[in-house]
Amino acid sequence: MRLTRRARAGLWAVSAVVVLFVYLPLLVIALNSFNSDRTFGWPPPTLTVKWWQLAAQADGPRNALRTSVEAGLGATALALVLGSLLALALTRYRFFGRQAISLLVVLPIALPGIVTGVALQSVIQNVLSPVFGISAGLFTIIVGHATFCIVVVFNNVTARLRRFGSSLEAASADLGARPLTTFRLVTFPLLRSALLAGAILAFGLSFDEIVVTTFTAGPGSPTLPIWIFNNLFRPNQAPVVNVVAVVLVLVSILPVWAAQRLGDNAAAESRL
Amino acid sequence: MRKRLTLAGLLAPPLLWLVVAYLGALGAIFATAVWSTDPFTNQVVRTFTTDNLRTLVSDPTYLRIIGRTLMIATSVTALCALIAIPFAFFMAKVAPPRVRGLLVALVLVPLWASYLVKAYAWRTMLGPGGVLDSVLGGTPGYGFTAVVITLTYLWLPYMILPVYAGLEKLPDSHLEASADLGAGNWTTFRRVVMPALLPSIAAGTIFTFSLSLGDYIAVQIVGGTLQVLGTAVLQNITLDLPFAAALGTASVVIMVVYLLAVRRTGALENL
Repeated sequence: MRLTRRARAGLWAVSAVVVLFVYLPLLVIALNSFNSDRTFGWPPPTLTVKWWQLAAQADGPRNALRTSVEAGLGATALALVLGSLLALALTRYRFFGRQAISLLVVLPIALPGIVTGVALQSVIQNVLSPVFGISAGLFTIIVGHATFCIVVVFNNVTARLRRFGSSLEAASADLGARPLTTFRLVTFPLLRSALLAGAILAFGLSFDEIVVTTFTAGPGSPTLPIWIFNNLFRPNQAPVVNVVAVVLVLVSILPVWAAQRLGDNAAAESRL
Repeated sequence: MRKRLTLAGLLAPPLLWLVVAYLGALGAIFATAVWSTDPFTNQVVRTFTTDNLRTLVSDPTYLRIIGRTLMIATSVTALCALIAIPFAFFMAKVAPPRVRGLLVALVLVPLWASYLVKAYAWRTMLGPGGVLDSVLGGTPGYGFTAVVITLTYLWLPYMILPVYAGLEKLPDSHLEASADLGAGNWTTFRRVVMPALLPSIAAGTIFTFSLSLGDYIAVQIVGGTLQVLGTAVLQNITLDLPFAAALGTASVVIMVVYLLAVRRTGALENL
């Protein structure tokens, strides 16, 4: 585009400021994890690795990390099964109520998390614990997370199924393959990378979730975000929280990298 | 017949899950909004009453909370659009291809970084003696301004990406044509770029608006004692669940109204 020199310079400047605005806070936490001042006075008086050593030995974040990973894996597994089934049903069949179901899948992620959270909490308190003897804990966290993770798997699988159409499956059936054989040899291989992208997204979503988790996690099983939130306002835990935060930012590069390796930029972008 | 059975087999597990675990729970909470609470035992009493909903629209305290939440959501949305439009324009139309790829990655990485960590970063930056205080010589402190800054920061990528996608779809030839017809940069932007971009911007505002409307974690982290819809729901859950449910219902209603309003711009097809 033919921009005036001033407009061009202005846009370069604005964009540089935006990138700075986006990365400055992340840089500040990184620096603060070496700040020898407990209250993060700025600039740091001296630098130290004391907090990193402290964090490496702390039990709280490690246990929370284990809960988070277990919850993420459980929710992802459930979401993969339920999301794929739903995607297959909705793209390969025409039936009454199809529209309503595709809206229903999006609902858990579209409505405010606090509404979903309160709703699930009252089910745990009024139905699950008195009737089935299941109290809030890892199981209920997984149930809550799976509910909003279904949609990301569903979206990825639906997009893939639409792109390939059903001619390959029809060909397989014409050649005499039974439905299960067709699924094993044709449909599943086609879906594999979409499932992987969906799984990365679902795990990422579950790993970072705090609102619904607040209402479905019992007191004994905090996930990593819950642990961070509980310790944010405790001055003597702040340095450890900071180190955990830096580690999380570094870890967050992985899914973007993985999605790019998959050659599927859409995977990272459909985080939306 | 066989087809029907397969379909039923495919649909049953996910529907059972979504309808029983989710819709059931949701329906129950909406129903709770028209029940009441026994003032002595704090137990929910299952008799129909519209008191909760009436308090919501008549009590000045809650009207103020709703107003403040809308103010925050609107300011955050406007700020995100204001920042995202020139930035996305730069990404799509000005930056050389290699810089463009880098910028897309730079926008995506913070999207994956922990929400809490980012809110927390602003807490340490905005606090007394923090970065802003010592570098700029002052800080807005924890409160309304801090919440707007933090939420703008958190939801900015959700605005940049749809606007960028919209700009990529806009052919350069339209901009050339406008310039050939004698329009200056600003006129081209106003008369050609903006109208084509409106659905994408509207799509972005759905994210920024709804995410700001429901947020209460960032508000607790950088808002000080600020009360918004989310924090009000949280405070009422243990003592007065029906009223909390009514507040939650209010935020759902606001969101639905907003969705219906922006649907006319074609935003939903651009999500």
